[in-house]
Amino acid sequence: MWVYEKKLQYPVKVSSCNPQLAKFLVEQYGGADGELAAALRYLNQRYTIPDKVVGLLNDIGTEEFAHLEMIAAMIYKLTKDATPDQLKQAGLADHYVNHGEALFYSNAAEVPFTATYIQAKGDPIADLYEDIAAEEKARATYQWIIDMSDDVDLNDSLRFLREREIVHSQRFREAVEILKEERDRKKVF
Amino acid sequence: MAKNQVYTKSYHPYHSPDDPCPDPGEKHYSTPPHLYMGFQPEKLPQFSPKEALQKGTLWPALYDPYEKNQKLKG
Ligand SMILES: [Fe+2]
Repeated sequence: MWVYEKKLQYPVKVSSCNPQLAKFLVEQYGGADGELAAALRYLNQRYTIPDKVVGLLNDIGTEEFAHLEMIAAMIYKLTKDATPDQLKQAGLADHYVNHGEALFYSNAAEVPFTATYIQAKGDPIADLYEDIAAEEKARATYQWIIDMSDDVDLNDSLRFLREREIVHSQRFREAVEILKEERDRKKVF
Repeated sequence: MAKNQVYTKSYHPYHSPDDPCPDPGEKHYSTPPHLYMGFQPEKLPQFSPKEALQKGTLWPALYDPYEKNQKLKG
């Protein structure tokens, strides 16, 4: 089970009235390398990975939901006061027609989220290598969103999220090392 | 910051005299510190808890803040 804390992992502040940034941020909400994909991927892989790294997948998978919540807060803040015309200007007309002001799990091009973005191969090394790749792709997505954004406060939160991807990647790399050592030890005994 | 020389690399794609746009020069890409760390060594220096919460990591050795358009500027 989970214990919910009614606050964001890191403060989210938006300083410019620019709903177009919401369109970009959706990539990290329901995109292939986004936070939803990350959370679902890791928490599902927990069941078929050696005991030693189950806790890591559990912790990181849980944190990804906290990131998802930060992205949601950003999108909400950027769109909540926009008129339909402003949303149209921002390239969000298709989204508005389908969802009104609601958030939805799609990528920046409005393609809905699909489970085919993630994998569980049941092979610990294959799964961890996918996880490392996912972290590097999420890190890169944050870079490109920061490049597209002039919102200093938003970029501050995005920089935090990018740094977390670095830490996650490091921990997944260490998980691979742990599993490699485990195999060696079994050989000895 | 000096860290960018360490955690970014660059290359210069070929630019033909016939290419219509000006040569943007070097392209930079991120090579963050975790790529070089292997298993994290014990007893590395830490940020203060407050600083760590702000930066997204407890470890200066893993800290790599991204600047807008780092791809162009390195
Ligand atoms: Fe992550």
